[in-house]
Amino acid sequence: MIRDAKLWTWHVLAGIVILVFLALHMAIMHLDVLLGWFNAPGTHPIDWANVVARGKSVFFTVTYIVLLGAALFHGLYGLRNILLELNPPAWLKRATGVILLLAGLGFFILGTWVAVASHTLAGSV
Amino acid sequence: MTAMKEVTYRLRRFDPAHDEAPHWEEYRVPFTEGMTVLDGLWKVKELHAPGLAWRSSCRMGVCGSCGMMINGKPGLACNTQISELGGSVVAVAPLPNFAIIRDLVPDLGPMFDAHRALLPYLLRDDTEEQERPTAEYWQSPEELEHYLQFSYCIKCGCCMAGCPTYATDPVYSGPMPLTQSHRYNADGRDGGFAARKVVLFGERGPWRCHYAGECSRVCPKGVDPAKAIQIMKRELVFSYLRLRKQKCPSAATKRLEGVGRREGIPEAPVRTV
Repeated sequence: MIRDAKLWTWHVLAGIVILVFLALHMAIMHLDVLLGWFNAPGTHPIDWANVVARGKSVFFTVTYIVLLGAALFHGLYGLRNILLELNPPAWLKRATGVILLLAGLGFFILGTWVAVASHTLAGSV
Repeated sequence: MTAMKEVTYRLRRFDPAHDEAPHWEEYRVPFTEGMTVLDGLWKVKELHAPGLAWRSSCRMGVCGSCGMMINGKPGLACNTQISELGGSVVAVAPLPNFAIIRDLVPDLGPMFDAHRALLPYLLRDDTEEQERPTAEYWQSPEELEHYLQFSYCIKCGCCMAGCPTYATDPVYSGPMPLTQSHRYNADGRDGGFAARKVVLFGERGPWRCHYAGECSRVCPKGVDPAKAIQIMKRELVFSYLRLRKQKCPSAATKRLEGVGRREGIPEAPVRTV
């Protein structure tokens, strides 16, 4: 059975993706007041104009969706590992996997819809 | 500090023919300098409890038979001095995470089943050379270092008793079988990674280990199973991503022509079998 090796590998890769986007988030939202690389000089990252500018950007919309997918997979796989350590019976193990998979897919669809809707909304401003 | 004259043994006793559950019993035995926990068990058996059961054999930390919980920590009874325990009470129980056969005897069968399933021996295609060797498999001192410390394992089960994951997950192979699987994967003479991978990629592989490190802390031989398991994870992930460097097992190398034995090295004794 190859499943565990696959899942664990993607768990680690998702963790790396989260780290990269976390660094990007810190740079844009917290350090840019000092750096001035991503936002207009003299403005704050959460000023209306900067928020709308990021909303219009395809790059940011894609990063929101990728980060959402990586964070959901990483977090829910970790939660599954914790739950499986409680040593449930085989049927409950399978049920746990299915429930977490459905929850992850649901949150991903909802989050993707929000990211795309905000991109569309920002485009109309 | 006054010299200790007696030591109290608190022993976990269980006889499946008479007891419903394990219970503790106490015995007092005379203490002598240099006495090990195993020596004390023999004294208890001689003076108080002739029916007391445990496993032991070599008395020198080599065979791995006498692994047991000593004052709450897994260790070898023959390799533990009573004077080093810091008190006059020695609590001895069978290794946890295994069923108890009787008294201090755990059922190590599941550990050896997992060990066997991970193919802990050299796997090569040249069966004829292995059956009737004509030369030696070449290995450099650097290649030896890749697995040497893992080969010191005596299969005592102490790491399995200390592992919190093995305690809760009966499917997880545990530190000893996984370390021994890595010992052969890391051997330059071995070509069995693909065969072991079939088991290691699944739920019996190293994926449930979350690096508590207790296996390495309690190992009486100084083996570092936690390290072996982390290296194994890396190798398996690289293999899944097709980034692992394929290696061929080292070839059988004939002795060089014209190179003699160095002076002063005695010949091996004549084979008797």
